[in-house]
Amino acid sequence: MMSLKSTKAFILIVIGLLLLGFPLVASQYVSYLMLTFFAYAIMVLGLNLLFGYTGLLSFGHAFFMAVGAYTAAFLTGKFSILCMEVIIVIAVIISSALAALIGLVCVRYIKIYFAMLTLAFGMLFYSFLLKFYYLTGGDEGMRVLQPHLLGFNLSEIPKMQFLTGNYYFYCFFIFVLLVFVMWKIVSSPFGLCLKAIRDNPEKAEYLGINVKRYRWYAFIISGAYAAIGGVLLGSAIGHVDPGLTYWTHSGTLVFMTLLGGFGNFFGPLIGGAVYIFLQDKVMSLTTYWRFIFGAILAFLVIVAPGGIAGVISSLVKKEKSIE
Amino acid sequence: MESILNILFSGVFHASTLFLVAAGLQVVFGVQKVFNLACGSFYALGAYVGIVVVKSFVAGGFPTPLFIVPLIGAGLLLGFIIGPIVERGLIKFVYGRDETFQLLLTFAIVMMIEDVIKFIWGTSPQTTGGIDLIYGRLNLFGATVPVYNLIVILCSLIIAALIGYILLSTKFGRIIRATAEKKEMGEALGINMKMVYIKVFTLGTVLGTLGGALVIPATAVVSEMGVELIVLAFAVVVIGGLGSMKGAFIGALAVGVLKSIAISTFPELEMLTIYIIVIAVLMIKPQGLFGGGKV
Repeated sequence: MMSLKSTKAFILIVIGLLLLGFPLVASQYVSYLMLTFFAYAIMVLGLNLLFGYTGLLSFGHAFFMAVGAYTAAFLTGKFSILCMEVIIVIAVIISSALAALIGLVCVRYIKIYFAMLTLAFGMLFYSFLLKFYYLTGGDEGMRVLQPHLLGFNLSEIPKMQFLTGNYYFYCFFIFVLLVFVMWKIVSSPFGLCLKAIRDNPEKAEYLGINVKRYRWYAFIISGAYAAIGGVLLGSAIGHVDPGLTYWTHSGTLVFMTLLGGFGNFFGPLIGGAVYIFLQDKVMSLTTYWRFIFGAILAFLVIVAPGGIAGVISSLVKKEKSIE
Repeated sequence: MESILNILFSGVFHASTLFLVAAGLQVVFGVQKVFNLACGSFYALGAYVGIVVVKSFVAGGFPTPLFIVPLIGAGLLLGFIIGPIVERGLIKFVYGRDETFQLLLTFAIVMMIEDVIKFIWGTSPQTTGGIDLIYGRLNLFGATVPVYNLIVILCSLIIAALIGYILLSTKFGRIIRATAEKKEMGEALGINMKMVYIKVFTLGTVLGTLGGALVIPATAVVSEMGVELIVLAFAVVVIGGLGSMKGAFIGALAVGVLKSIAISTFPELEMLTIYIIVIAVLMIKPQGLFGGGKV
């Protein structure tokens, strides 16, 4: 009989291998959806450090995602920097700097005020992107040129084949790496401090944790994660537009997190996958997918706030108590 | 001089509908402590229903200048219908829950209403074809203002006075103010909180639908108008202070006038200036100009 821990590790390795072999069996279209999943998964992973672990709801997190995506568009389009690694590093630097600046203001507040401030910053960037069209292309957005991976120019390969082949594996490894790093972060003493802050900020302060500073760190890390996700998404779509940072898009990110379950490390990842594939399915059936998703969200909030992961873990617990 | 007055008048016109929606947001936040993102969607619904009513009123051969009567009636009626439905059907389940969930539930309502509108009316913009100009224009201090805009401004002022009267001088208003301060106290005094919540949410909804109905003779409707307006209403309540009626009034004026000044001088900076002010207010005085006080 395997212990619980090794069972979990085994499941993770199997899922990882399945994801790795995915493009070999699945159609190009489904592999492409999976690609967008990697990008969104990285974003919600960062968002959940803030929401699930620190207890701060950002309603403007799409801002950092748009920063990443527009960084990719600017660097490839205007500066002819096509090296993906350089783009990611620059996006992380820019988004961390912005997050540090914005975070200084935001982490002074919690709950509704934090949500409102982040929403305002997201919309500030939106109107900037929309109005300064000679710089950003306005509502038409900008193109993102195909990047070079690990220094290789792969423009010979047809676009779809590149995306579901080389680029897919590239994104997969970044995804795995960032999941691992986030896992290390949340299980480190730092991550435990964040949880203490979420559960009881006053007590955490008494214990000598600098609450605002820790919230600030979490804000910066989650901003950087969102930007990396944005770079990957922008390059996958090949195009960016201001809608990326609109407040409803931030709402979508929170939706994914809640759908999977913000109380669980892997919850947001499950939520991202379910959201993307369910959206694709529902959109092919009806143009009114928003109504259905709105109804799902309302149901989640009222009946199952723990999300999919919450439901699963309560089922597992029930089974155990029966045994 | 003339152009400045024109800008001011159009700003005040925007402010008057913005005030209605923001007031709806404030009253619900004040009593239920729910930040209702869906009030922009109620506004959009009011606009779409308003356009149907006006068009069928004119098509029915009724005297065109009277269109404002069924328009206001439709705005009120719509709010009275959907307010209790949304409150009983969804909102009541999240009272006392974490703000995060309340916000997300109203976000879910935004998504649903947007598609309801698309389902019924499609996605192409609609107008009443300039029916507002039937009242002509008026020359005021050298500025030419459509009379309809003045009517809307007047309506809004009357409603503002009415809300003030209700809150300050009626029994219902006293109950609202008491529960906004301390919910347990209201319950202890034997007030039927369930009814208070239904009434307050309906009031908030009516203000939204009425605002939407009043604005359509002068502008086109598009299905995204709800999500666009909510960010403006959001700016209003942040500047004015969450939960404060006086704040909604001053905030709406500030945002409306500022927006129309920016549009005519630096169109690029239109929303940018508003968000910068919002962020500045949140940084310096997060409770807003009039926040922290009574509803």
